[in-house]
Amino acid sequence: MSAPLLSIDDLTVEYRTARPVRAVDHVSIEIAPGEIFGLAGESGCGKSTLAYAVTRLLQPPAEIVGGAIRWTPDGADPLDVLGLDGRELRAFRWSEISMVFQGAMNALNPVHTVRSQIEDVFVDHRSGLSRTERRARAEELLATVGIDPRHLTSYPHELSGGMRQRVMIAIALALRPRLIVMDEPTTALDVVVQRTILDEIDRLRSELGFAVLFITHDLGLLLEISDRVGIMLSGRLVEQGSSRQIQDAPRHDYTQHLLRSFPSLRGDMPATGTRYVDREPERRPS
Amino acid sequence: MTTLEVRHLTKDYRSHRGHGAALRAVDDFSVRVTAGETVALVGESGSGKSTVAKMAVRLVTPTAGEVLLDGVAPARGGRADKRYRSRVQMVFQDPFSSLNPSLPIAYQLARPLRIHGVVRSAAEEERELLRLMEAVNLSPAKEVLRKYPHELSGGQRQRVAIARALAPRPEVLIADEPVSMLDVSIRLEILQLLDDLKRENDLAVLYITHDLATARHFSSRIVVMRRGRVVERGRSDDVILTPVHPYTQLLVRAAPDPASGPFAVDLQRYERHPEVTLGALDPDLDTWPEDAHWARDWRDDDADRSLVEELTGLAAASR
Amino acid sequence: MLGRRGSWKLRVGLTICAVFAVVAVLAPFLVHHPNRSGPDGLQPPSLHHLFGTTDIGQDVFKQVLAGTTGSVTIGVVAGALTVALSMLFGVGGAFLGGLWDDAGSLLSNVFLVLPGLPLLIIVTDYVDSRSVLVIALVIAIVSWAGAARVLRSQTLSVRSRDYVDAARVAGESRWRLMLREILPNLMPIIASQFVFGALGAILAEAGLSFLGLGAANGASWGSILFFAQNAQAITLGAWWWFVPPGLCIAILGAALGLINFSIDERINPRLRAAAQAPRRGGKR
Ligand SMILES: Nc1ncnc2c1ncn2[C@@H]1O[C@H](COP(=O)(O)OP(=O)(O)OP(=O)(O)O)[C@@H](O)[C@H]1O
Ligand SMILES: Nc1ncnc2c1ncn2[C@@H]1O[C@H](COP(=O)(O)OP(=O)(O)OP(=O)(O)O)[C@@H](O)[C@H]1O
Ligand SMILES: [Mg+2]
Ligand SMILES: [Mg+2]
Repeated sequence: MSAPLLSIDDLTVEYRTARPVRAVDHVSIEIAPGEIFGLAGESGCGKSTLAYAVTRLLQPPAEIVGGAIRWTPDGADPLDVLGLDGRELRAFRWSEISMVFQGAMNALNPVHTVRSQIEDVFVDHRSGLSRTERRARAEELLATVGIDPRHLTSYPHELSGGMRQRVMIAIALALRPRLIVMDEPTTALDVVVQRTILDEIDRLRSELGFAVLFITHDLGLLLEISDRVGIMLSGRLVEQGSSRQIQDAPRHDYTQHLLRSFPSLRGDMPATGTRYVDREPERRPS
Repeated sequence: MTTLEVRHLTKDYRSHRGHGAALRAVDDFSVRVTAGETVALVGESGSGKSTVAKMAVRLVTPTAGEVLLDGVAPARGGRADKRYRSRVQMVFQDPFSSLNPSLPIAYQLARPLRIHGVVRSAAEEERELLRLMEAVNLSPAKEVLRKYPHELSGGQRQRVAIARALAPRPEVLIADEPVSMLDVSIRLEILQLLDDLKRENDLAVLYITHDLATARHFSSRIVVMRRGRVVERGRSDDVILTPVHPYTQLLVRAAPDPASGPFAVDLQRYERHPEVTLGALDPDLDTWPEDAHWARDWRDDDADRSLVEELTGLAAASR
Repeated sequence: MLGRRGSWKLRVGLTICAVFAVVAVLAPFLVHHPNRSGPDGLQPPSLHHLFGTTDIGQDVFKQVLAGTTGSVTIGVVAGALTVALSMLFGVGGAFLGGLWDDAGSLLSNVFLVLPGLPLLIIVTDYVDSRSVLVIALVIAIVSWAGAARVLRSQTLSVRSRDYVDAARVAGESRWRLMLREILPNLMPIIASQFVFGALGAILAEAGLSFLGLGAANGASWGSILFFAQNAQAITLGAWWWFVPPGLCIAILGAALGLINFSIDERINPRLRAAAQAPRRGGKR
């Protein structure tokens, strides 16, 4: 494996609320350039929090209480992501790294058209594109995610949930970053569109060489598209390995539980509705 | 025993600039959901599923068609709406926008309890809230109740939204992608919960989803939509195991299913399945046997031309 | 949510406003006859006359204290009236729709295209009584329209949010929808409109007074400036006469501006910090 593009080292994040929640608990992940790293795990286990930490979008009461995140583009000097500030941070986000939020359906500005929101990305980040170039790029991006260009003049509320999600994916692709963090980007997409978009992302990836951190609950999909996969459970990364290995020889109880629970479309239904009880925190002295 | 019926629903959206043709989001859509049964609604993104859901709870006024509860069209007006909604509830598609950011979870769950007179005292309310939280597997319940939506993860919000819809003890639940942000294990648990309610309380569920596997296993019938129209309907197993319409075949083929062999697309499948009816017009709810397998005839339909080409290509490639 | 970056603006702004508010409330009890003339005309600041005196020996410090009451009252009253009117036509219109909305929109559009200052001058010239309250009322009537427009579009946007629909499906009545679901999410904007309205009114009143159309008998900062100008304080070099009221206007204005900024900062990332992130520096 080549030198990692992003390396998350022993990261711990807490929400300092009345009763503090440790949302990310000593997690270490490395993502190589051009790699797709898949992240799955229990609902509420800290996946989105991890994604926010990587893009430096955490807001109080969230606090990074330990660990480091380093960013090393093509043999340049490592950059301490947690130390970035002001202009550097702005440049880092969206042109080096971009993100599709889990709430993407709700993230578009309700009072502006799709076109102006896509074009704004180019304006905000001084892409140096002319007006006509921006228009052309906006149309091209929408085509990438399979939306009719006539929706350029639509307002967000005029689009379906899945269409809004696709617009957000288009925006994340706009500046051709080196890493795209996608937090459950396809929850509102039918499997056909989902597959088309993932193929398209894969094609762009081999063309432009960006890496992807892909978060989803759809384990079947994750195993299929990812090079490596990590499984999280209440803040901890309980297992990581190649897709193959996770699929064929899962080591952790929870991973096995997830794989077992997955209903097969044309096969039989598994034993349903069993709740997984995480015993680890009890065993560990905290 | 409650039956929700929507008949010949059509919804046109005028484009906002006022010019250009109106967009037909839903085109002559009919479905019947009876007590104790789940009907799954699946289909293309943007095919009009959420619009159907919103028309069914009377948030969106249909351009044409009607919504019937137990065979009668409910009256209009505030009171009637309230009565209707104590019986018909909905889970919204997007849990990030369907919870009020400025109100705590407890308030948003307690309101429907109070409005519809499910609880009479504060103690009862407390008990009912905790019961709801337990039902959707949100713990620690007391703490989650105190939180605001932005302090919850996506899947946790989704479960709050489900709890809110179940709070008034509805007879019909319209669930628009209710479990899309949950891990498999909790997803199955919630669907199991709906299944139990269905069996014990005669709940009728319209389950809108992109997850074909749960659609098949948790519902008795599946309706497939594309571009505002129904393209295939029938018993779940029939639709998933012997899909006839090209779009349904594409769907089944695209769905991840590592446990089974690859799905073979076959445009001529209908020829080997004489029980499948092909038709250009939607079957009439009154005369049509509920369980029969129907598909829209695509053979000389322009809207499906590209679909057929794509499928022919796929079939050739797999041969 | 406090203790975030940018909250110093709010703190400084609120502190300054609080000081002025206290002065405004106490001034009538502390200062009697602010306009009584004395024997020493045009004295520079001294221990006896903190801000010096006017040409006819009035104490400028007393006048400024008394003027604070007038100016702040105008600000508060005009701000409140602006908010009331804009809620009536803006929120009411958007929420009730139909005829009310059409009428409200028409009315606010008419008021929007009417040129503000000339209208103000004509109306104030026309009304007989020049009490502080009347001036505030006139200013509010001339300036509510912009606020109503903003509020209307915001109400429409909040009303179309899923959570409002969800509350409707939960069975909430129209009134509760309005009061519990929609209004709280408009509060930051309403607060900011109040502040903005107050700021505008204080400045407008200063302008009017300066033109001699303000509150009668020197009851505001603007009217002190008017008399200073009339007596050619600048040519006389009597800086103490016009600098204190001018500074008061500037400081209170800046404080209100700071509050407004921090409200604005709060509206945008409001619980949706992440969602807003791609739009940093964008419009809203
Ligand atoms: N602002 C906040 N204040 C307090 N706790 C929070 C806050 N945001 C998130 N949490 C808690 O942190 C934990 C992790 O949340 P996170 O959103 O990272 O989960 P997730 O893995 O993305 O889950 P999902 O798959 O359901 O989206 C959750 O238990 C959540 O309740
Ligand atoms: N308020 C509106 N104004 C104009 N067009 C609208 C409006 N709401 C929905 N549409 C259009 O109606 C069509 C159907 O939308 P709908 O939200 O019902 O789709 P959906 O099947 O729920 O899709 P998804 O699975 O992506 O959520 C879309 O093409 C959308 O652009
Ligand atoms: Mg998440
Ligand atoms: Mg939808």
